[in-house]
Amino acid sequence: MNGRLPLAALAAAFLAGAALISPASAQTAVKIGILGDRSGAYSDISGEGSVVAARLAVEDFKPEQHGLKVEIVSADHQNKPDVGAAIARQWYDRDNVDMITDGVTSSVALAISQVTKEKNKVFIDTGAGTADLTGPQCSPNTIHWVYDTVALANGTGGAMVKRGGNTWFFLTADYVFGQTLQRDTTAVITKNGGKVVGSVKTPFPTADFSSFLLQAQSSGAKVIGLANAGADTINSIKQAGEFGITEGGQSLAGLLVFSSDVHSLGTKVAQGLVLTEPFYWDLNDQTRAFSDRFSKQMKGSKPTSNHAGVYSDVLHYLKAVAETKSVADGAATVAKMKAMPTDDPLFGKGVIRADGRKIHDMYLFEVKKPAESKGEWDLYKKLETIPGDQVFRPLGEGNCPLVKG
Amino acid sequence: MMTIFGVPTQALFGQLLLGLINGSFYAILSLGLAIIFGLLNIINFAHGALYMMGAFVAWMLLTYLGLGYWLALGLAPLAVGVFGVILERVLIARLYKLDHLYGLLLTFGLALIIQGLFRNEYGVSGLPYAIPAELSGGQRLPFMFLPNYRAWVVVASLTVCLATWLVIEKTKLGAYLRAATENPTLVQAFGVNVPLFLTLTYGFGVALAGFAGVLAAPIYSVNPNMGADIIIVVFAVVVIGGMGSIIGSVITGFALGLVEGLTKVFYPEASSTVIFVIMVVVLLVKPAGLFGRTA
Amino acid sequence: MADTAALDAAPIAASLPENRDDKALQRKIFVGLAVLLIVAPTVLYPVYLMKVLCFALFALAFNLLLGYGGLLSFGHAAYFGMASYLSAYSAKVLGLTPELAILTGTATAALLGLVFGALAIRRQGIYFSMITLALAQMAFFFALQAKFTGGEDGIQAVPRGALFGAFRLDDDRAMYALVAVVFFLGMLAIYRIIHSPFGQVLKAIRDNESRAISLGYRVNQYKLAVFVLSATLAGLAGSTKAIVFQLASLTDVHWSMSGEVVLMTLVGGMGTVFGPIVGALVIVSMETYLAQFGAWVTVIQGCVFVLCVLLFREGVVGLIARTLHKPL
Repeated sequence: MNGRLPLAALAAAFLAGAALISPASAQTAVKIGILGDRSGAYSDISGEGSVVAARLAVEDFKPEQHGLKVEIVSADHQNKPDVGAAIARQWYDRDNVDMITDGVTSSVALAISQVTKEKNKVFIDTGAGTADLTGPQCSPNTIHWVYDTVALANGTGGAMVKRGGNTWFFLTADYVFGQTLQRDTTAVITKNGGKVVGSVKTPFPTADFSSFLLQAQSSGAKVIGLANAGADTINSIKQAGEFGITEGGQSLAGLLVFSSDVHSLGTKVAQGLVLTEPFYWDLNDQTRAFSDRFSKQMKGSKPTSNHAGVYSDVLHYLKAVAETKSVADGAATVAKMKAMPTDDPLFGKGVIRADGRKIHDMYLFEVKKPAESKGEWDLYKKLETIPGDQVFRPLGEGNCPLVKG
Repeated sequence: MMTIFGVPTQALFGQLLLGLINGSFYAILSLGLAIIFGLLNIINFAHGALYMMGAFVAWMLLTYLGLGYWLALGLAPLAVGVFGVILERVLIARLYKLDHLYGLLLTFGLALIIQGLFRNEYGVSGLPYAIPAELSGGQRLPFMFLPNYRAWVVVASLTVCLATWLVIEKTKLGAYLRAATENPTLVQAFGVNVPLFLTLTYGFGVALAGFAGVLAAPIYSVNPNMGADIIIVVFAVVVIGGMGSIIGSVITGFALGLVEGLTKVFYPEASSTVIFVIMVVVLLVKPAGLFGRTA
Repeated sequence: MADTAALDAAPIAASLPENRDDKALQRKIFVGLAVLLIVAPTVLYPVYLMKVLCFALFALAFNLLLGYGGLLSFGHAAYFGMASYLSAYSAKVLGLTPELAILTGTATAALLGLVFGALAIRRQGIYFSMITLALAQMAFFFALQAKFTGGEDGIQAVPRGALFGAFRLDDDRAMYALVAVVFFLGMLAIYRIIHSPFGQVLKAIRDNESRAISLGYRVNQYKLAVFVLSATLAGLAGSTKAIVFQLASLTDVHWSMSGEVVLMTLVGGMGTVFGPIVGALVIVSMETYLAQFGAWVTVIQGCVFVLCVLLFREGVVGLIARTLHKPL
């Protein structure tokens, strides 16, 4: 942050000078659209929190000092790709939105990415898991900010095998996302010398997992991998506790778990669960300061890594726009963002790769025992830091057309 | 070890037992729906939302008033029932002379409103609700580990269903109720206050949904969408059992829980669809459902 | 129970006697609509208009079955959605031109309508509705499991292509022109069906099935025919939507889509010629303009449902028709 200040000050001084000459044309108008789930299964991960995070980023950036005038709009894509694509199209065509972020839910993210490329705008996805966004379906207009299925698999899968959890049984939500998660994790497990002994496809969504848990239990696998998300994950963990799965010596691995999910479960039920996230509110002083400001506006909730991602990407986007002074060419803005190293209070230093993958460290967490937890949001203890260059898929392996060129 | 289609019989027993537990929820919910349909001719789409409310009221009682599970088991259905009585008086009572379609649409609208309001207030991740201390832990059966709470669910559900059935079939009140279903005008002529009867029936039907909600709170996530997914299935259960048939809805509820449990072993992806396959087959073979009388 | 026709509001609007003047009025409305279709894209956002038109055609198709056939289907999403999948698939993977892709989708819906209809019409009233719902749930399961549909990602990045291999549709205005033509032809077709001798028999069956049987009509053949027609036109709407939005997804086969089309028809006025168009306009506009309110959308939608059922069951157009004493 410090390194950038003189530059920013210089730009501000220059713009202040420019403002004296022609006050009307000095400000570049920037419109940011937060397109997330505001009513469905992922609205606690995304929803209003993403809007709050974006506002905080704008507040911290102080756009008026950089000659920018920033406006934020938001909408609900209801986790439906057609709704997401339609809103994105309308925002770009009619409402002069320059950049869309959040984009939770993989299917919707892929749809928004298509539209963004067609209209040459900018899409920074924080909430979706699919690694295809920076793989076969990568786009010069899209950046994938927070995590992806490969990183989660590397994080949780790799760590569990190293800790002795070498036989796995998967509970896989029966849709593309769940199957991708299982596929990626299986690859990591076998690479590390582990073995997958079985899996069961559960309809999406499912309220009662007991039957599937029983199948997992009788498989004798050391680790039960939960290749699902949202309410499915919550229900499966809750019921695993009830059926004494962990007491029987098996451990649970949540392949996509957010702190809001763990908060909902409570430490009593979720204790011992191992998971991977790139952000946790209680990591350091900077994350705590941000989280305090966030929770004042969010009825006391702490930010999830998706919210942190929105804050971080809006900040970086505005930095890039402050330099290019134009939002007209989305691909050019993304190129500029890739050229600048990223640095923010929440994710620290990082880079954006040619395929659009933002690289930062991820953390392996374990959910605390009730006795260790000092408050309702005191949820994780950090087991290890996984460096960004190890946790994400290597640049050459994603089959992204942008990389070959 | 004996196996059936490659699945050990022991595991099969476990799955059947679990199916029975799920069937308990279907049974209570479809019982409420069937009573409401039988007497009011209303297809109560808001049933799922009221089931969700039951779970939420239990959570609120615990969080805001410190009242535990056992009190909630009585109070939450009461609260949901009172809410249902208000709904019936203010809105639903206006629709009795109209086609089923309107009742269905109205209650569908109500479900959207109730779920939306809860979502705004409590988010969707769900809220924690612990299993009461008396029922935590479980029994190690020869073929599976049975949590005590799940066993309690089956007992509670069977008791409530049986009691309701006895009241309807064996008491004077139940006789009025059955008569009012057949011919409301005639019953009114005998001096029974039919509108009041209808109101109370609706209240009782949704109180059953509230009761199921409390039963579900400790094992499923208490979240605003919990009723939206189950309602379509329960709907199918009522139709298969025969619309308005009280005993039919209960038996079908348990039976379909079992069928679903088996599907989870042999073809898990289809476990949420199998009920609809059965529904089509049943309706084509027995037009009025398994226990319904042909009109 | 056997009398499926007891949809109380519908006959109010539909059973108003028609005379030559009324036909002239309806003709004027058709001309007015045609003018509106031409003028609208200069004022309003064409993509929004296309969405309205696709859903309007869907609702018109549904209304043909409910309002004139007296058959309430809870599973119309199956025809709409499966057609959109097939249309998207044939445009993207098989590389067909848009008109052929739309035809493929429509034909699929017709076939599906024939099979599902043949099963469903064997039962009446609520049981008919339940069979359509259950069959649609199976179609949904198929869409979820089949490889070519792409699961919850759907079929994305469908090329709009060139009409007859000659006219590029990438431009929204060109696409709009095609959608407007499809919509208008679809609407005319439905109008013709309603006012043909076939349509008269349908209304007779709707109003009194036993009487129609005693008059010697083969009721089930008529029912099946109108079911297939309705499914086909719903499929036409779905196929077109897939090309417009370059996407086919599970949303379109989900049961909530079946609910949505019921809502559109109800809001507009079932059993009226123009009602479903108004209904689709209202619902699509609500979804478009309320998107920013997030979770409140479902609450507002719920309130609209409740108010509609309590205050104006005849729907917007039904109410106007009654006030004017003219069938619309």
